[in-house]
Amino acid sequence: MTSIRTIDQVSRSESPVERIRGALHTHAIAGPSIVLALLTVLFSIVGTNFLAANNISLIIQQVMVVGTLAIGQTLVILTAGVDLSVGYIALLSSIVMAKMSSEVGLPGGLAIAVGLLCGLACGLLNGVLVSKVKLPPFIVTLGTLQIFASLTFWYSESATIIGSEMSPVLLWTGNTFSIGGTNFTYGSVLMLLLFAVMIFVLKSTAWGRHLYATGDDPESARLSGIRTSRVLLSAYLVAGLIYAIGAWVIIGRVGSASPNSAQDANLDTISAVVIGGTSLFGGRGKLAGTLVGALIVGVLRNGLNLSGVEVVWQGAAIGTLIIAAVGIDRWIRGDSK
Amino acid sequence: MTTPLLEARGLVRRFGRVTALDGADFELMAGEVMAVIGDNGAGKSSLIKCLSGADTPDSGEIFFDGKPVSFRSPMDARAAGIETVYQNLAVSPSLDIASNLFLGRERRRPGPLGSVFRMLDNKSMAAEATEKLAALGIGTLQNIHQAVETLSGGQRQAVAVARAAAFGSRVVIMDEPTAALGVKESQKVLDLIQDVSSKGLPVILISHNMPHVFEVADRIHIQRLGARVATISPTSHTMAEAVAIMTGAMAPDAVS
Repeated sequence: MTSIRTIDQVSRSESPVERIRGALHTHAIAGPSIVLALLTVLFSIVGTNFLAANNISLIIQQVMVVGTLAIGQTLVILTAGVDLSVGYIALLSSIVMAKMSSEVGLPGGLAIAVGLLCGLACGLLNGVLVSKVKLPPFIVTLGTLQIFASLTFWYSESATIIGSEMSPVLLWTGNTFSIGGTNFTYGSVLMLLLFAVMIFVLKSTAWGRHLYATGDDPESARLSGIRTSRVLLSAYLVAGLIYAIGAWVIIGRVGSASPNSAQDANLDTISAVVIGGTSLFGGRGKLAGTLVGALIVGVLRNGLNLSGVEVVWQGAAIGTLIIAAVGIDRWIRGDSK
Repeated sequence: MTTPLLEARGLVRRFGRVTALDGADFELMAGEVMAVIGDNGAGKSSLIKCLSGADTPDSGEIFFDGKPVSFRSPMDARAAGIETVYQNLAVSPSLDIASNLFLGRERRRPGPLGSVFRMLDNKSMAAEATEKLAALGIGTLQNIHQAVETLSGGQRQAVAVARAAAFGSRVVIMDEPTAALGVKESQKVLDLIQDVSSKGLPVILISHNMPHVFEVADRIHIQRLGARVATISPTSHTMAEAVAIMTGAMAPDAVS
């Protein structure tokens, strides 16, 4: 009889360090959550007003953009890819939305819909190049990053479209409601909703399972009867749509549509995904971890500001965290993947 | 003469300037265990990939139940009832045992939860996975929700074999199922092959291991230089003769 020992049984006979490792392996979100808690405690001691209502409002506003975009980035990274074009897909879509409203004069809802189509089209280009032409995602999105950037500057004529020129529907994501003195934006609610929907999709649908299998081992997935090329294409499509929703959130956050906003978004989304425990090698990770990762990036940037640390050191702090996160990830997985 | 269940005629498959299959024939009769042996590079794996839909031949024909078929993907072959255990097992390490068993044929929840929200029926899949593993005598799995990467090589093999045996309704193909296994685990897999065969399912077994082949096979297909040179029976030939034919040291018909 072939008997199989469970992880619990294995770890019982091993050292405390091995036990921690086993626990982190089964509960992937525990690590990032502990880091977030530690940072919160640290900054509430070191920084003044860190836990003040208006500062928490600020962190939430900062996180909603990166958080929304990072959902799409997570999908792509789960397929063992990476999307460098995320920032400019969002910016291009935001300019399209704003111009459809301000220049073309479409009603707000319709202007947003056209912006969403723009995001889908960008995702389609990435997806076709990766899944059909079979080019490496890094190269594809490095190329499209610059194509979308050019399109963004060309279409916007490098000019900002101010909020008062567009339909208020486009700015809705920046509107706030108050709970106990803390202001929440509708954009952050939209982000949380999107997280909830996509967590369900990844966990409870066949598409989600196929996404993991494709990222984990594409050849095995194909031999198991999964149409991996379709799965890849759909991942980039859905990601493009989510980036365009992020575009709407960006307009609300900035109060205008500018080709120069959200400059940090590109790398911050990757940081959020990686710090949240998703493996860059694909097939492993949780979307809930990405939310925690985005919060960590937001809390770190904000907390360092409040603690009087010079802005130039923020990048170093986040960079260190990324390297530590990937190092710990390797250790947890036993150096195998 | 009865029609073979699965038959290939004149398969050719080239990769650039390398000819992997050079007019290969193959036939599998209902209910038999057919072993495929051959030296490295003889085209065993290419032959099996064409039969299982993982690859498409450049020319040649495949017949299933006497009718010509063309499998464009593993899905096509699976739809016809042909299941394959690949050499690399084709399991997803980070997914659990139950998910792997149902990978690519997930079952949805009944009612609107399944049809509208596309929810997977994890409970019923886990229950059936447990049942299918138990039916094959590998039922001591304590946790069907354990990730496959936490299993030993033999246990992973058991999962892959169980998947093929559980879902293969017409033919089960196994590519080197014992290559990575220890003595005990190999025996377990050989027993599994005989279990599957005793249920009336024909098995194609690709192996390098002559004792294993001679233990379970009804007939042996010998592949050499991209084509079939002979089909022999383990009762009419010795292992030494099989190896001699395989390596070209002996002509196929020069048997005493």
